[in-house]
Amino acid sequence: MDLSHIFNLKKSLHIAFCAVFIACSSLAGRAQEHDNTNDPHVTRSEMNAPHEEKEEDISATILHHIADAHEWHFWGHGEHKVSIPLPVILWTENGLVAFMSSKHDENDHGTEIFEEKGQQLVNYHGKYYYPAATKDAHGAYVALDENAVPNNAKPFDISITKNVVSLFLSIIFLVLIFTKVAKSYRVREGKAPKGLQSLLEPIILFVRDDIARPQLGHRYAAFMPYLLTVFFFVWLNNLMGLIPFFPGGANVTGNISVTMMLALCTFILTTINGNKSYWGHVFTPHVPWWLYPLMIPVEIIGLFTKPIALMIRLFANITAGHILILSLISLIFILKSVLVAGIAVPFVLFISVIELVVGFIQAFIFTILSALFIGMAVAEEHVEHH
Amino acid sequence: MTILALNPLVSPDPGLFIWSTVAFLLLFFLLSKFAWKPIVKALDERERSIEDALAKAEMAKQEMAKLTSENEQLLKLARAERDEMLKEARILKDKIVGEAKDAAQLEGAKMLEKAQQEISSQKAAAVAEIKGKVAELSIQIAEKVLRQQMADKSKQEALVSDLLKDVKLN
Repeated sequence: MDLSHIFNLKKSLHIAFCAVFIACSSLAGRAQEHDNTNDPHVTRSEMNAPHEEKEEDISATILHHIADAHEWHFWGHGEHKVSIPLPVILWTENGLVAFMSSKHDENDHGTEIFEEKGQQLVNYHGKYYYPAATKDAHGAYVALDENAVPNNAKPFDISITKNVVSLFLSIIFLVLIFTKVAKSYRVREGKAPKGLQSLLEPIILFVRDDIARPQLGHRYAAFMPYLLTVFFFVWLNNLMGLIPFFPGGANVTGNISVTMMLALCTFILTTINGNKSYWGHVFTPHVPWWLYPLMIPVEIIGLFTKPIALMIRLFANITAGHILILSLISLIFILKSVLVAGIAVPFVLFISVIELVVGFIQAFIFTILSALFIGMAVAEEHVEHH
Repeated sequence: MTILALNPLVSPDPGLFIWSTVAFLLLFFLLSKFAWKPIVKALDERERSIEDALAKAEMAKQEMAKLTSENEQLLKLARAERDEMLKEARILKDKIVGEAKDAAQLEGAKMLEKAQQEISSQKAAAVAEIKGKVAELSIQIAEKVLRQQMADKSKQEALVSDLLKDVKLN
């Protein structure tokens, strides 16, 4: 009893210690960011930057790590960089432009204009822009806004980025896994499940019995394919995001474009399956008529807030987990001592285990809320209101 | 969009949105056709067959219980019948034995009577024969006596008395 008390005390001290450090470093980073708003890329260009600028570099590095990229980077910089270049596909004013990302990645400060199929472009921090008419103070052909994001016009970017490759890898894995499972159902018909089949069957049954059936009632069968697909897609991508190296490491479900797409699918399904009573609730809510001008807009806003909440929830949870892990690792660089690894690495391990659970829980929550929204749209009204 | 575009982290990227839509729809159609349909069907079928099997087992159990109770009933009936039969048999046996005893007694009595009759008739016959014999002997004696009388009177008398001494009538 005494020992566990001491252990708990120690653990909470550790947590407090780390929390203080994270808070301090983020405050420092913020202050630094404020100082450097007029030349934010200095930190990247100057490798011998002083100590304060190094800290700024860390928050930029973290954001860089959770963002999408035109290459699959492994390690090293410049000459010693090891990465998989990915195709860049841009829909520009001069039509479709495509090239490998390795072709124009030496200069990502926007100081050099390159031409591809007669289209002038600049690479600024791994993104492609039309060059600004004039150079800024650092010789870059960009015009930055107050968030240090270029105001330049952009070609429409439909590149095969790291996230796109990761997405396609994940769907290849899913198709391979589940066609194999489906095959074992055919081969072992009427027998007990075995191997991969017995591993995934409880999860499929979990989706059916604990997600689809309670929310959708007897109409669950029609929505099973969608719910199963969403569940396993989100779960696998959450897990792949936790693997620090290829084929994982892309922050797919922590990217708002992907969660937006998923939430939009649920929204579309909800909208096209909405029955009379669902729309009745929206346009003729059960309130006195003089409340209609208030209630109808609220109900209409409610239609959109549900998928938006879905989108933000998944994105924020996964992104937060990634940022937390990267921040803990960054403590080593912020404190400039390899000894910090003795604290940081166990914490990273601890958070990673939590993230494993979060990966499942978020997949579950996304699926159950999708089922709930669809269930609300298809539910029959049992009591007639007048 | 301008509000979301404030931070690059929360500004959706149209290219990735398009690709993820393509990827997800592709995944959805592939899995629906080649995975979920057969899997869900197989699961439903298996559940149905398990339910069927359980229902059948329950039915068989009830049938079994019914049969057992019927058997027991039958056994009980059979036992009762056997007891009844045994009882009847015992009664019958007693009756038969009693009858046989009666008959035997009757027969015995008859035979005894017959024997007595036989004896008495034999006795009568014997007495008659003895009487005859006695008569014959008497005649012979009388003859001899008469002959001796004819010869010597004293001797005749002695003879008569001798003879009379020998002859003993029972």
